[in-house]
Amino acid sequence: MKIGTPTEIFEGEARVAMTPDSALQLQKLGYDCLIQSGAGAKAGFADAAYEAAGVTVVADAGALWAQADIIAKVRPPSEEEVAYLTPEKLLISFFYPVANEALMKQAADLGASVIAMDMVPRISRAQKMDALSSMANIAGYRAVIEAGNNFGRFFTGQVTAAGKVPPAKVLIVGAGVAGLAAIGTSTSLGAITYAFDVRPEVAEQVESMGAEFVYLDFEEEQADGASSGGYASVSSPEFREAQLAKFRELAPQMDIVITTALIPNREAPELWTEDMVKAMKPGSVIVDLAAERGGNCKLTVMDEKIVTDNGVTIIGYTDFPSRMATQSSTLYATNIRHMMSDLTPGKTDGTVVHNMEDDVIRGATIAHAKDVTFPPPPPKTKAIAAQKPKEKAPELTPEEKRAQEVAAFKAQTKQQVTLLTVGAVLLLGVGLVAPASFMQHFIVFVLSVFVGFQVIWNVSHSLHTPLMAVTNAISSIIILGALMQIGSGNWLVIILAALSVFMAGINIFGGFLVTRRMLAMFQKS
Amino acid sequence: MEFGFTTAAYVVAAVLFILSLGGLSGQESAKRAVWYGIVGMGLAVFATLIGPGSGLWLLSVILIAAGGIIGTYVAKKVEMTEMPQLVAAMHSLVGLAAVFVGFNAHLTMRSVEKARAAGEAVHGTFAELVAHKTPVELSILQVELFLGIFIGAVTFTGSVIAYGKLAGKVSSKAEKLPGGHMLNAGAAALSAICLIWYMNSGGLFPVLIMTACALFIGYHLIMGIGGADMPVVVSMLNSYSGWAAAAIGFSMSNDLLIVVGALVGSSGAILSYIMCKAMNRSFVSVILGGFGGTSGPAMEVEGEQVAIDVDGVASALDEADSVIIVPGYGMAVAQAQQNVAELTRKLRAKGKEVRFAIHPVAGRLPGHMNVLLAEAKVPYDIVLEMDEINEDFPETDVVIVIGSNDIVNPAAQEDPNSPIAGMPVLEVWKAKQVFVSKRGQGTGYSGIENPLFYKDNTRMYYGDAKQSIGELLTKIG
Repeated sequence: MKIGTPTEIFEGEARVAMTPDSALQLQKLGYDCLIQSGAGAKAGFADAAYEAAGVTVVADAGALWAQADIIAKVRPPSEEEVAYLTPEKLLISFFYPVANEALMKQAADLGASVIAMDMVPRISRAQKMDALSSMANIAGYRAVIEAGNNFGRFFTGQVTAAGKVPPAKVLIVGAGVAGLAAIGTSTSLGAITYAFDVRPEVAEQVESMGAEFVYLDFEEEQADGASSGGYASVSSPEFREAQLAKFRELAPQMDIVITTALIPNREAPELWTEDMVKAMKPGSVIVDLAAERGGNCKLTVMDEKIVTDNGVTIIGYTDFPSRMATQSSTLYATNIRHMMSDLTPGKTDGTVVHNMEDDVIRGATIAHAKDVTFPPPPPKTKAIAAQKPKEKAPELTPEEKRAQEVAAFKAQTKQQVTLLTVGAVLLLGVGLVAPASFMQHFIVFVLSVFVGFQVIWNVSHSLHTPLMAVTNAISSIIILGALMQIGSGNWLVIILAALSVFMAGINIFGGFLVTRRMLAMFQKS
Repeated sequence: MEFGFTTAAYVVAAVLFILSLGGLSGQESAKRAVWYGIVGMGLAVFATLIGPGSGLWLLSVILIAAGGIIGTYVAKKVEMTEMPQLVAAMHSLVGLAAVFVGFNAHLTMRSVEKARAAGEAVHGTFAELVAHKTPVELSILQVELFLGIFIGAVTFTGSVIAYGKLAGKVSSKAEKLPGGHMLNAGAAALSAICLIWYMNSGGLFPVLIMTACALFIGYHLIMGIGGADMPVVVSMLNSYSGWAAAAIGFSMSNDLLIVVGALVGSSGAILSYIMCKAMNRSFVSVILGGFGGTSGPAMEVEGEQVAIDVDGVASALDEADSVIIVPGYGMAVAQAQQNVAELTRKLRAKGKEVRFAIHPVAGRLPGHMNVLLAEAKVPYDIVLEMDEINEDFPETDVVIVIGSNDIVNPAAQEDPNSPIAGMPVLEVWKAKQVFVSKRGQGTGYSGIENPLFYKDNTRMYYGDAKQSIGELLTKIG
């Protein structure tokens, strides 16, 4: 089958859904690849590069839509593009089915199948095709870079001959994929980074990225993110109040604020109010990644950069991924390639099997066999294991610790004393009946066992095999017994003793030599 | 006869033996320690030959030399993967020698009695020793030699069977005769009766019956233990060979024998204990064979095993910064250690952190994996024990599991109904990516499904370990 990618016709869109690299991988799956001439130009992939990767370059969009069985693109199709669809064709792109219901209906009526990359369920198996995450990652990175571009100071603190520069303070609201990417970028640039999220379970992730998690003084049990597929849900009014109060407290100190808070299928919550903007220092920057959905800050103007009266820059761009078209195309094309790999169970035969039983494929498919298949049923596998309530180990006071130590010490003493007493009584018992000559040897025996236990515990685990070989060699000490008997007058005794001497001889030499061979092999790097 | 010099030499030898075992606490001191052992042994044999063992000393020297030639030849020739077999075979020799020496003690006792009755003088050092014993001491001697023969015989057949299982000459499955452990218990009871009989009659016959019983116990006990429990079996036999030597030492009134026997015996006992703890099983349950019963149905394993080809593994290794390799018995079977070592060298040359994680019961002998890796010239300071490395898995990019199964089974922690629940395991699944090199989709020795293979971050790299790692080497520049 043929898979083709047209040029994006959306104004300003620079991304492309197929790169020369991804085309090579798609060909391994058995597909022929087509690309519209100039499709990759804005993302930095020339037609020649595609040709070199074995991709057929097609002159115009009409020819491409006609020839390809599978069309992979980035933006949702326009009406004209949907009109190209015929039965048996498969379209893979972002679709936003809630916003584009009419288009979805139209595509379904035409009999084409549509896979919406934004509908890929959030389960671990589908991470490799989760285009929302890969785009959000870029958006998060780019948001910090844009902020830096509009911020008049260093991120990192410096002490130079020309004076001291304080580090920038960055607050990131919403620690989803974009938020975490922003945290990573910001901390690696050297800023002091704070992050907030309504899901307390992400605090650990935030801290692992080197930012400080902003905790609220709030007692309510938060709904954990697992029930909503890992996304944030709406919070209670009380919680919201506590949150805004905290932000108000932080606003005057922050140089850069990046808001990434989105709740699925809702308008973006207002988190950064006008009075917070007013409280910020002149020259501060706000990047609102939720601008497309109305913004986390009400002053944000979508797709524009504005400066408020008190000198705060607010950036409301919505095309961050497209601003890094080479990177985002590479990642998106890889997501598409993984999707194709899942759609191709044969792995090399280039045939799509649209398996509607598969959680991932079913979830992402919004039109199939003349039916609109959106919204999908809940996936069979739960996205994220439900959070277990954390058990807090009670902090011990010094007195309690001391008491515990004393108790442990007492228990140990008791155990040792008991063992010693039992041992001593047994020994005395033996001594009562056994003759003195036996007791002499018996004491040697008990002491040797004792020494053996003390010594062997210190043997390193990695030397257990040499230990066995060497104990084996020295257990041939039994040769002494045989040597003492061999001089007997009885021929049978002589023969048996001789055999023993012989066998022990094998053991002595074999055991020691093999130990030496092994030990010589242990080398330090 | 007084043997002052011999006794002094024995004291020195005993000290040397203790130092020799103590030196094994570190790789470098171990190289010195083995010389202490050799010198100690040389001294002990020499002191015996010029002292109490001077009868027929030329024959003894010739026999030791002949044994030495064979021992040297075997030690030079043996492959490191064959170490478990070799150790087991050598244990059987000690066991058999103990049986012979025990019988000799009995025969000597009889001839001394006869000589006494006839009023003749006795020949030989040991006979003179026996001749000076009081009746109480003689009956103690009887118990001692009886025990020596019993333990020696169990060690002998047990080691022979262990050797056969390890060398693949006997099926490594746990097999029992009908009657199971009752047969063992019966044989042990019969032996106990024989002891009483022997104490009363002093004849050779009960000793022979007991020997037959002991030989049977050794055979049947080890037959009933499966391949993966071999580390416990081998260390247990090691312990027995020591106790046999100690028992013989009592009957010969030889303190050095007692000291060394006790050292070896306790060493083996500690090793067995460590191995059992590593499997979270009691010593008794290992010896009686089979895993403990389950308390409920095992957890369902969800998902599928996803295979990966050599290019995938190579590119993941290329991108990784930290790699941990978990070798198991499969690596030894496939003789893959040289390729694994080569892989380690290549990855390390590229500046990646490569380490090895060794589970205490990996392989068929305590410390088996360490020896194999050492043979392949993997530096020992990157070969770590479970406790040292288990915390590092979450920060590791790639884990390669080569031929191990149960020791990396997450069911031990996640599924309270699993037969191996509670066994300490290497937490490889916490790493970012896990590759499992395995021959096919089968389960491990315990027959337990391994959920690791179904995890999202696990990829199965099917094929013979030696070959697959070899292919991987060609892909990593």
